[in-house]
Amino acid sequence: MVTHFLTARGTVKAVDCVSFDLQRGQTLGIVGESGSGKTVLLRSIMRMLPRVNVVRGGEVTYDGQPLSSMSDSDLRDIRGAEISMVFQDPMTSLNPVVRIGRQITETMRHHLKIANGEATRRAAELLRSVGIPDPERRLREYPHQMSGGMRQRVTIAIALSCGPRLLLADEPTTALDVTVQAQILDLLTQQQKERFMAMILVTHDLGVVAGRTDEIAVMYAGRIVERAPTTVLFTAMKHRYTQALFRSIPRVTDPAHRRLDTIPGRPPDLANLGLGCPFAPRCRYARERCVAESPPLMQVAPGHLHACWYPVEAGELDVEVVTRSGLPASTVEQAS
Amino acid sequence: MQPEPVLIDAGAGILVTPPADVAIATKTGAFIGRRLDVDFWLAVGWLALVILLAILAGNLPLPDPTAIGASKPHQLPSSAHFFGTDELGRDLFSRIIFGARVSLTVGSVAITFGMLVGGTIGLLAGYYRGIPDAILSAVSSVLLAFPSLIFLLSVVTFLGRSLFTVTLALGILSIAPLARIIRANTITYSNREFVLAARALGAKDARILVREILPNVLPGALAFSLVAVAITIVVEGALSFLGLSVAPPTPTWGGMISEGGQVIAQDPRVAFFASFAMFSTVLALNFAGDRLQSYFQVREGAL
Repeated sequence: MVTHFLTARGTVKAVDCVSFDLQRGQTLGIVGESGSGKTVLLRSIMRMLPRVNVVRGGEVTYDGQPLSSMSDSDLRDIRGAEISMVFQDPMTSLNPVVRIGRQITETMRHHLKIANGEATRRAAELLRSVGIPDPERRLREYPHQMSGGMRQRVTIAIALSCGPRLLLADEPTTALDVTVQAQILDLLTQQQKERFMAMILVTHDLGVVAGRTDEIAVMYAGRIVERAPTTVLFTAMKHRYTQALFRSIPRVTDPAHRRLDTIPGRPPDLANLGLGCPFAPRCRYARERCVAESPPLMQVAPGHLHACWYPVEAGELDVEVVTRSGLPASTVEQAS
Repeated sequence: MQPEPVLIDAGAGILVTPPADVAIATKTGAFIGRRLDVDFWLAVGWLALVILLAILAGNLPLPDPTAIGASKPHQLPSSAHFFGTDELGRDLFSRIIFGARVSLTVGSVAITFGMLVGGTIGLLAGYYRGIPDAILSAVSSVLLAFPSLIFLLSVVTFLGRSLFTVTLALGILSIAPLARIIRANTITYSNREFVLAARALGAKDARILVREILPNVLPGALAFSLVAVAITIVVEGALSFLGLSVAPPTPTWGGMISEGGQVIAQDPRVAFFASFAMFSTVLALNFAGDRLQSYFQVREGAL
């Protein structure tokens, strides 16, 4: 898939040659820094991009149907009903002047063609299933009467209301309190399992995807630079960017006051990418070839692809961070 | 004025005097400015009174406002004539109330018309942007640039001085400014995430406009339309002062000010009562609209 934006500064390659597939019941985590194209990727899947100055390429196929080429009205029947989305900020993704109840029932009445009473009954059930006590009272409230975590539960309830088979979650916990984050993520994973949905979980936090995804794709500068099953990625990461991301997670076992490992510099200007690997300028292992030639996605094992000329060697991994469960100690700590 | 210090027993016999603002906050139970205060309700009360009198004018035991020579001219206020009579012996109180009909009708109908047309234009332009916006904005710029007095003069000259033509002309003039305001508000709300969320849930453009954006734009628009009504009443007053509004003998506030102006040296009451009626009504409208606007803004900001 390709999504480029035409801007005054030149063509911004927000999503460039990204390709993956996802089975029902599977969860894919997409990890990357701000500006790496995660959100644009999700919006491209839903075809929710500006009408002008956008170049779209490639294909999105859902259940045999080409989302990228179907008519607007067919697409509207799929949005919300088959594929739905949870947004980053529950403070702004709910309409402030409409009661919670109507915001939930509206979608159901529209897609499922059910009566108001039935929709309200189901809405209360949904709210209960996403862990909101006293749902009948909550249905009559406005978004501003609820806390951030509660609101995100409501947006999840709305997203689930028509029984979608694919759920796209765009940094669903970034805007929330740390204490609420784990609850919301657990809720998403639990609902995904119960309903046997496919889910794409977009985040900038490796810790978020660690225990909750089957596969992880690491994005950098609009491209997937590494893709692997979750356990493989954490035990045998290949790309230098993945390694750098991983190193920047603070660990519980670190001595106090240890300087946090960061990735120097900033993500590259997507309008002005050079010839070589986009990560080369910030990579401490970069060599001449990295600057001259862009690495393609290479397969190292079934299901494990990466785009790095000088990948991480097997013996090079920081051994102490990998626990027996196959997950890094720090992320296990964060997830629980 | 400082509120009386409230003494709180903090235990162990120590008395604590809280800061003055804390006492205020707890007394009223809300932060100052969050509420619609007494001034607002005074303004609304005055408006309600004027509207009620204007509606019931025909059923009230009032003297005929157009009957010339029915009473002695230049009478002082009395129980028979609350505000006295003018130089033609017409009852001033009755003329003020019947005059309110013209002002209020022109003001509210013209703005309702302007809101319906301008609001729709603004919503569409602000939501779709691009080419529709360019066309609609160009049209509204032309409307804004057109000298409004020339427009009013020509409408009144060619279509006659009736309530209908004056209302229509003022309504047309209000389209462009109202469209601009609605458009600006629509743009802000169109970029909010809940609109994106609605689209992600499969909502059509029409549905998003009516059910997501309109409820957000409406409170501010209604608050502003009160101010717009006030402006229109003043403009109508100016027109009738110039003799370009509803033709006599129908009483209008502007017309009465004009008539009173000629005899202001002998009898300032005629101009005074009409001016006062217009002044306080316009003030009340402005006040209420202003308060409502900031009320809705605060509510928005608290989200």
